[in-house]
Amino acid sequence: MIREVYIPETNCITPLGFDVPSNVEAILRGDSGIQLHNDIALMPASFYAAIISNEKINSAFEKISTDTKYSRLEKMMILALEPIIKNSGVELNSKTAFILSTTKGNITALKEDSEESFNNAHLDVLAKNVANFFGFKTQPIVVSNACVSGILAVSVAKRMIQSELYDNVFVVAGDEVSEFVLSGFNSFQAMSELPCKPYSKNRTGVSLGEATAAVLVSAEVRNAKIKVIGDSSINDANHISGPSRTGEGLFKSIQNALKEAQIDADKIDYISAHGTATPFNDEMEAIALNRLGLQNVPINSLKGFYGHTLGASGLLETVIAIESVNQNMLFESKGFDEIGVSELINVIEKNEERNIDYFLKTASGFGGCNTAVVFEKMKHELY
Amino acid sequence: MTQNKTYIQSYITIQNNEIVLNGTSVFKIEPTDFTDFSKQAYRNFDIQYPKFFKMDALSKLAFLGSELLLSPITSQEKEENKENNIALVLANKSSSLDTDVKYQESISDKENYFPSPAVFVYTLPNICLGEISIRHQLKSENSFFIFDAFNTEFLFNYSGILLNTNKADTVLCGWVEFFNDSYKAFLCTISKEENEKYKNENINTLYNK
Repeated sequence: MIREVYIPETNCITPLGFDVPSNVEAILRGDSGIQLHNDIALMPASFYAAIISNEKINSAFEKISTDTKYSRLEKMMILALEPIIKNSGVELNSKTAFILSTTKGNITALKEDSEESFNNAHLDVLAKNVANFFGFKTQPIVVSNACVSGILAVSVAKRMIQSELYDNVFVVAGDEVSEFVLSGFNSFQAMSELPCKPYSKNRTGVSLGEATAAVLVSAEVRNAKIKVIGDSSINDANHISGPSRTGEGLFKSIQNALKEAQIDADKIDYISAHGTATPFNDEMEAIALNRLGLQNVPINSLKGFYGHTLGASGLLETVIAIESVNQNMLFESKGFDEIGVSELINVIEKNEERNIDYFLKTASGFGGCNTAVVFEKMKHELY
Repeated sequence: MTQNKTYIQSYITIQNNEIVLNGTSVFKIEPTDFTDFSKQAYRNFDIQYPKFFKMDALSKLAFLGSELLLSPITSQEKEENKENNIALVLANKSSSLDTDVKYQESISDKENYFPSPAVFVYTLPNICLGEISIRHQLKSENSFFIFDAFNTEFLFNYSGILLNTNKADTVLCGWVEFFNDSYKAFLCTISKEENEKYKNENINTLYNK
């Protein structure tokens, strides 16, 4: 009998709030974290992005530590993890693992030309700094797999728990808006001139964002918010900077995840998709979902609220989707107006009450990677 | 979970201008830089894949190692018209920092600002997994991990999980480290198929050979 896997704790640090309830309230109000920024240290021209103010990060961090040695991203990650480690009561022993997922970590450290700063740009150093704050006993595991990192980390945690290597895995995911990433996406001409509009006819590209999210993945059913029942991460084997035209990798990932979950596609009540708002990504997703018969399932992209938070996005969007399930509420896909993908999908236009028994989380990224994870609502049986 | 035993099928090491396949040196040249070494290795093994020259050093390193391990498997499968399910599980210490530093240089001088998408795309360590997947048409599980040193226990355990849950038939796993012309690749193929060849050895002893 394979062990069952649950998520009992979640948290997130975003421009919309520093805990899950404040994020959900902002989403219900229709607030977006994406704003116009004029900052030549980040971009020569003005740009739209979802950025967290330094003052907010620092004043929240001061409440839990007076140590000044942490980078901005490290503070954001520690802030996401701190309450869930405390609430869970899980002992940080040899059966408790720590996974950190990110694409670029402390990449801003490269701007400074010193050996110490260069050392800090290493992802294993970032993970050690965060792990040591809490005193994890096991060696940190860093997942760096482009924009699927955050959700792939949940899948890695699930697999390690099933294999009985660990009983509990704390997962944190995070990325910052930096000159490095802004200039890169801009060089691809992938940036939207207005706040991004996933799946819309008028979409022109991404808005970048920054956030951290954290969850506890556990073999323990106590306090579980959701059950993780299937997962898969399949490469397109097609192109390193563009998705497959047929959505092959995403199609196979979802197919495998459903197979492991032992449910048919028609059981899925909601899809929390990737929806970056680039022409190719959104089109690819619509094609893959139609191939699976999932075109009528309510779907949203949360990029209109948070921008594309890279390695954080998959985990952040999972944290919010878990709230959808437990509050019986589908959240609008912000920025959407008129459908703009060639094969129809059922984009959520307004917040709507709905029971969700099963949901699917997907992500895709550079390098041709895709991840799909299937979640099941907890059935609280009466005695 | 049923924990079936898994076996190392083949392994390869690339370091110090030399490629060692299953314990035998198959290519060695006089000390030179990695660009030159990789080009000479490409020619030596008569690889026909011009895209190789567009790759960054980390991808070239991972590509060369996987080429010698996977080509015998994938070409045979092609002949037999079988679909392969070879997962990729790679790790290193320096992520894509070698290319990150080059990209940072292209944006740090505002008078000489030339961010290039062809460079930016390689500022992710998992791009090398994409390159290998494209070359061998692997529509399979893939993930890239970062550790401060080669974590054999994790990589072997994680590969075992993929094999024992039937998420893969074979796993190509290992370490591909590249920074500033200093490099080491150690890759091996693992599957449930019994193989007595490396019975008394494990990834760690083979890596340190």
